Formats: sequence, structure tokens, C-alpha cells
Amino acid sequence: MEITVTVNGVEHTADIESRMLMVHLIREELGLTGTHIGCDTSGCGACAVLLDGVPVKSCTLFGVQADGREVTTVEGLADAGGLHPVQAAFKEHHGLQCGFCTPGMMLVGAALIERNPDPSDDDVRWAISGNVCRCTGYMNIVTAIQAAAADRAAAVQPASA
Amino acid sequence: MLPSRFEYHRAGTLDEALSLLATHGDEAKVLAGGQSLIPMMKLRFAYPGHLVDVNHVDGLDRIEERDGMLCIGALVRHNHLAANEIIKARYPTIASAAPQIADPLVRNLGSIGGSLAHADPAGDLGSVMLAMGASAVLRGGGGERVLPMSEFLLDTFTTAIAPGEMLTEVRVPIPPARSGGTYLKLERKVGDWATVGVAVALELSNGRIGRAGIGLTGVGLKNLEASDAEASLAGATPGEDAFAEAGRLAAAAANPVADVRGTVEYKRHMVDVYVRRGSAHAFETARRAG
Repeated sequence: MEITVTVNGVEHTADIESRMLMVHLIREELGLTGTHIGCDTSGCGACAVLLDGVPVKSCTLFGVQADGREVTTVEGLADAGGLHPVQAAFKEHHGLQCGFCTPGMMLVGAALIERNPDPSDDDVRWAISGNVCRCTGYMNIVTAIQAAAADRAAAVQPASA
Repeated sequence: MLPSRFEYHRAGTLDEALSLLATHGDEAKVLAGGQSLIPMMKLRFAYPGHLVDVNHVDGLDRIEERDGMLCIGALVRHNHLAANEIIKARYPTIASAAPQIADPLVRNLGSIGGSLAHADPAGDLGSVMLAMGASAVLRGGGGERVLPMSEFLLDTFTTAIAPGEMLTEVRVPIPPARSGGTYLKLERKVGDWATVGVAVALELSNGRIGRAGIGLTGVGLKNLEASDAEASLAGATPGEDAFAEAGRLAAAAANPVADVRGTVEYKRHMVDVYVRRGSAHAFETARRAG
């Protein structure tokens, strides 16, 4: 069936089987391979994207469910102004090693700092508890997301003169 | 693996959804959050010929108290259940359980209706609703019928939903002020299914325990109501002896299977521990609430 989905602000039309998973729509139909397939059992979160701003596992949704909706993938984090605060923070604070879990981690982190401008360790760990990382031990991921929150808050509320 | 082919229908209204379900009968499944259904379809344990997407049907996601009942719409997502102020203030059994379901990504989509209709014995909310004496509201061509949870949850992945029917609401009797509860979940890691889960809901009456509800997750062919344990608590003087007896009886009623999560003996023992601990905690919350 034909669907229209807005991905990273750009509208796309695709004619897909109803059984095509959203992650395959994103990776194969739209060529956005930043979203990863990690497990096949809905357990790892490497496939996480934002659906209307909400973090979801794109391997556990059908592409047709995105018809008329907005999807944000890792490719949509940066804008004309440069890297998203989360991306800059992951770079600065070594929040990744192999990078396989990183798109999902950053999107979940970005969604978190939108609603919680000052997340504690527990807040961050709770938010990423659906995303598995085999490399880092999570420490620098937590640091990076907290740093991104602080950077974002500083940018939004510059210190008064 | 990939799901087998199906026809996808997006319902705009409840009537549309019911009409589609009636038309396609046994071949149709409701698609709500899909967080249990889609993994099963990917394994081809489920292969419905038709999916009825109800995510765009209005009015199924309300949480409100009316006529002595807490009414939870079937499409209420687990994260909304966990964050809801009414639930957090007065329904501690539900408030404990909701944040422990799966992981935050799943909780953004998974729904109470989907969870109960899926009827996985490892599903957390089934035990909570049994403990709270809740009912399931089913809508179909013939109208509406309301079933107690014990008559709704029939067997493994089997409920009383008839072809053409849909679960639209869950109703929980509003407990008295002096009541409390909790949900304890043993899991190997965050996001895992329960090795063992225990829901306890207690009401206090004149210094003794009044009504007691105990639901068990992951230790039977379906969510179990520990009736003997409940009966031992009802009317009992709250204290270690009463809670220990309840634990003992609940463990005896459990019927766990040995698997990667533990042996039969381990799971049964953890039911005992968690019912004892859960009863004590539920009593504490009830005592402080009144």
C-alpha cells in the first residue's frame, strides 16, 4: 500500500507491503542506514527512532503505521546550525566505541533532555534502559547525555550579563 | 524472521474497528501498541490475515473515576498509566507495576488493552487486575458485556474475547481510603519478562485486613489469583505470621515451569518471599494512607 511519511522533516511516498517493518522502510526504502538492526527480538533498542517525538523500536512497528506521521532518525539530529547537543556531547565525552547502539542512544537521550532539562544519573539510566550497549559500560553515555542537557540549557538560557 | 503477509486496515472509529473485526472474524487481530503481537508475528507464532490498527480511534485512552470505578481506556499506554496522577495517588498496585513493564521504548507504545488481551502469563498487568478485582469491558456487534478479570483471562494467550469483539476499557473498583498495594517483579535484567511477579492489594478494616487480592505472574498457564492466600489474609490480624502464611499458600498455588529464568523450586520459593514481602509492604502503604 502507498504511504506518505515525513522523515527528518522531508516528506516521502513509498509503496510497500504492509508487513514491511518500519526499520526496513527506513533503511532499505529510504536509504537511511543510521538506524541499526541489533537483535531480531525487540530487545536491544539499536533500531530506536522518534515517532512524533516519542522513542520507539522501529523493528517492532510496521512501516504502514508511520503513514501520515513524523519520524526522526539519527540523520535528523543535526541541522543547518551543526551537530545536535547530544551528538556534540557524545563526541566530546567519548560516549561511543563501536557506535552500533549510538544512534538509538542519542535519539533517546535527545528526547529525554527535551522533557527533562536536568536529568540525574538515575533519570538517564532509566531512560536508556531499553537500549543495550556491549562496549562502553554505559558510563560515558550517561555523562554525554547529562552534558548535552547542560549545554542545551545554557544555550536556551544564556547567563544574564 | 519476517511476518507473513496480511491486509492492513486502519480504523478511524470504534464502530469501524468492530465492523472490520466482525467481517474478518478469526483471521483478524487488533493492532494497538503491537509490542507483543509484532514480535510474535516476526517469529510466525502469530499469522493473522488481517490487522485492524486501532491507534487512531478516539476516546479509548482516558483514565477517569466514575460511578465507583476507575475506568482505564484500553489504549492507555503503559507510560501514561505510570505517570497518571490519579494512579500514583490512589492505586499503588498499578503505580508500582506500570513502570516495571518491559522497557521505556515498549512502554511508549504498549497498552493496557493489548497487554490484557494478549494474556501472556508473564504479563504484569493481568496479575495486577486480578489482585484489584478488575473487570474487562468488551464491545461487539451485540453490544457491551463486562467480565470479571478471572473470567476474562482463560488460558495461555487465551481470553474470553469473541470474534468481532474488542476490549475497550478496564474497570477497577475504587478502593477505600485505608488501602494499599504493591507489585514486586523479579527479573534477570531490566526489560526482561518476570521470573516471578506478585501483585498485592490490601484493604484495612477495624485494625484487621479486609479484602486482600494477590495476583501471580509467570508461574502458571495464565496469571494466577492466589485465592487461598487471599482468604488467609482476609480478616487476619496484620503481621509477620499472617504474611508468612499467605506466602506459603501462594507458593503452593503457583505452578511454575523450569526454564532459563530458574528452577521450579526457585520460582516457587520466590513467590513465597514476594507474597510475604508484598503483603507487608501493602499493609504499610494502607496503614499510612488512612
